[in-house]
Amino acid sequence: MRHTVSALVENKPGVLVRIAGLFARRGFNIESLAVGQTEKPSISRMTIVVDVADRPLEQVSKQLNKLINVLKVSDLKASEAVERELSLFKVSAKPETRAEVIEIVDIFRAKIVDASRDELIIEATGTEDKIAAIENMLAPYGIREMSRTGKIALARGGKKTE
Amino acid sequence: MKMTGAKALVKSLEKEGVKHIFGYPGGRLISVHHELHESKKIQHLLMRHEQVAAHAADAYARATGKVGVCMATSGPGATNLVTGIANAYMDSIPMVAITAQVGSMDIGTDAFQEADITGITLPIVKHSYLVKDATEIPRIVKEAFFIASTGRPGPVLIDLPSDMSMSQIEYDENAEMNLPGYKPTFKGHARQVKTAAKMILASLQPVIYAGGGVILSNAASELTNLAHITRIPVTVTLMGKGAIPETDELSLGMLGMHGTAYANHAISNSDLIIAIGARFDDRVTGKLSTFAPNAKIIHIDVDPAEIGKNVKVDVPIVGDAKQVLTELNKQLAEDMAKVKPLPWAAWHDQIVAWKKKHPLAYKSNGDLLPQYVIEQIYEATKNLDAVITTGVGQHQMWAAQFVKTLKPRTFISSGGLGTMGFGVPSALGAQVGRPDAVVFDIDGDGSFQMVSQDMATAAAYDLPVNICILNNQWLGMVRQWQELFWDKRYAYTDLTPGMPDFMKLAEAYGAEGIRITKPEEVRPAIERAIKSKKPCILEFVILGEQGVFPMVPPGKGLQDMIYDQPEPKKGGAK
Ligand SMILES: Cc1cc2nc3c(=O)[nH]c(=O)nc-3n(C[C@H](O)[C@H](O)[C@H](O)COP(=O)(O)OP(=O)(O)OC[C@H]3O[C@@H](n4cnc5c(N)ncnc54)[C@H](O)[C@@H]3O)c2cc1C
Ligand SMILES: Cc1ncc(C[n+]2csc(CCOP(=O)(O)OP(=O)(O)O)c2C)c(N)n1
Ligand SMILES: [Mg+2]
Repeated sequence: MRHTVSALVENKPGVLVRIAGLFARRGFNIESLAVGQTEKPSISRMTIVVDVADRPLEQVSKQLNKLINVLKVSDLKASEAVERELSLFKVSAKPETRAEVIEIVDIFRAKIVDASRDELIIEATGTEDKIAAIENMLAPYGIREMSRTGKIALARGGKKTE
Repeated sequence: MKMTGAKALVKSLEKEGVKHIFGYPGGRLISVHHELHESKKIQHLLMRHEQVAAHAADAYARATGKVGVCMATSGPGATNLVTGIANAYMDSIPMVAITAQVGSMDIGTDAFQEADITGITLPIVKHSYLVKDATEIPRIVKEAFFIASTGRPGPVLIDLPSDMSMSQIEYDENAEMNLPGYKPTFKGHARQVKTAAKMILASLQPVIYAGGGVILSNAASELTNLAHITRIPVTVTLMGKGAIPETDELSLGMLGMHGTAYANHAISNSDLIIAIGARFDDRVTGKLSTFAPNAKIIHIDVDPAEIGKNVKVDVPIVGDAKQVLTELNKQLAEDMAKVKPLPWAAWHDQIVAWKKKHPLAYKSNGDLLPQYVIEQIYEATKNLDAVITTGVGQHQMWAAQFVKTLKPRTFISSGGLGTMGFGVPSALGAQVGRPDAVVFDIDGDGSFQMVSQDMATAAAYDLPVNICILNNQWLGMVRQWQELFWDKRYAYTDLTPGMPDFMKLAEAYGAEGIRITKPEEVRPAIERAIKSKKPCILEFVILGEQGVFPMVPPGKGLQDMIYDQPEPKKGGAK
């Protein structure tokens, strides 16, 4: 089962390695990880995507909660959260295919952020599915390089992400 | 007030009420030792190995309930602490370990005697600090002691780069803690307590399963009260020894792999287990799928991560054992005034029958047997203010079985990590913490040899510890497994080659040495050791090839216990 774990942590050195250690010692692979400041500069949010069964995840969450620098941990359900990822694709775009690539960019409401003679860098944001879809569409033209931020998320509506 | 970081550290430790530090010096720690030397409030004890310093601090904490403190220099000093820190972590012991570190600017350069000790210890500490600003030392020390000693206790490491200890700072007397993410729960949920009380009064075959958490939270009297008002029998874990006097008629002794047959039967047949400060360790439960198949479980623990970790729990109560038990006892007294008493007579009769059928016993044959030695140590110390510590192995399990622990904090043993070599350091730490107590270390010939150098510490500080080596000339516990489960191939467990002369060793360290070879010599030797003001090494030359029984074979259920102590046998594989 894939889970999106959102953790509010103190913005201090060493916090990331403590958190990663709890996953690593159990042999759980972190699929993506995004860290950034919240509305309070002293607090960061980590969004961690892991593929792990429910019970072991429950144990890890409890252990995460026990870390002194961790303020709050939650397992976000996709239906109750807004999830986004940003990715950059460096795609080969020769004069003869360039128009087609630009069309794909438009369809996905992505952006061209850099252009050279036969390459474009495309910025896309969206859910994982959307990123996967655009990747699929771009693949035939030749993706030279790709970089993804990993997922970030917030709980929907009036609910606080806790 | 201006002072060095080192001095600020010492002042902060004094402020926490630290009286003793177990440590070992080194280049980058000199600045701290330099200041400690001038402290009128703290005694620093120079050990002969950093591992011993850590174990001694750990046992000091167990014996006194205070936070134990150990200290080592950077690099090898710090890495030598690691086993001791892991030991404290596994048994949830409040400890603060202070290590020196290379200068801040040199960290990460493989500087001389650099070890990334905060990294190395990450999975075995409750928390750790790398000091990056010397003005934070007072706050960090305050937080470290608070974290180590509250909630589920554990070791906290403070790594102090040398420039931090040498820099001049303004000492902040009123440093305040800043721990927004640390809020242990103390008070149990009131409704859950009510539900638990109801469930207890509706059960027919209840058992209390008390663990180290009862000792850690100083809740032995509340636990004993719970047993007495309800008359529910109590079994304890190795770490829970002392939660109820084992002479109490409701006491079933220890359960688990080497627990009493009647404790294991009671657990296996119970319809309600009241677990308090115990963590359903595999040495206790045996095969989980057959553990207490008919029992509902009430689990009281301060650590939410323990609830439901190994077994399904019906009534979880997160909170401090002492507080929860106080509430529960009140609730039960109230309820019992209304509800008519339960028909528990049959259950009590059943337990008495099990006690009769499978008593904790051994067959004697005139040889010097380990169980007899331990029984005599118990008999000789039961009316004294005594602390028993142990090494790890068969002798430890016999000690768990045959020492009836009467008070909390008087049985000190390495449970979770099972660290050979814990016996001598823990005797030293306990004796420092409890100077008036009679301290007996029940040790193995293998375990003792891992730390024998620290007899020098006993001599240096006139610590009259009594080190009892049950010399079976084997790594006996491993030998027992080889005999039972590994075709009697005694690979690398024979300690005869190279066996030192422990009497000469005693002499070398200025300790009293007594070698005991016959049963009738046992009691007089123990009495002599009790009277002696010197450290003593008592070598009991016991019959070698004995097994610890009862035993639940590894991977089997508690029901599959091997009960009987076979005849004492002579001659093994040697
Ligand atoms: C060779 C060998 C054989 C062994 N055989 C056995 C055996 O047969 N039987 C046996 O019992 N053990 C045995 N042990 C020990 C075993 O490995 C475990 O260490 C032990 O069973 C754990 O004890 P515990 O469950 O009481 O937990 P502990 O490790 O003492 O943990 C304490 C528990 O209490 C909780 N707690 C802490 N503070 C509080 C508080 N204030 N309030 C409430 N809860 C709190 C903690 O969260 C934790 O869950 C053996 C060890 C060795 C080395
Ligand atoms: C540091 C360490 N190394 C290895 C072990 C594995 N081990 C457990 S018991 C034991 C034998 C202990 O021998 P001894 O101290 O003589 O005690 P005995 O079992 O003979 O009473 C060993 C090797 C351990 N627990 N700790
Ligand atoms: Mg031995």
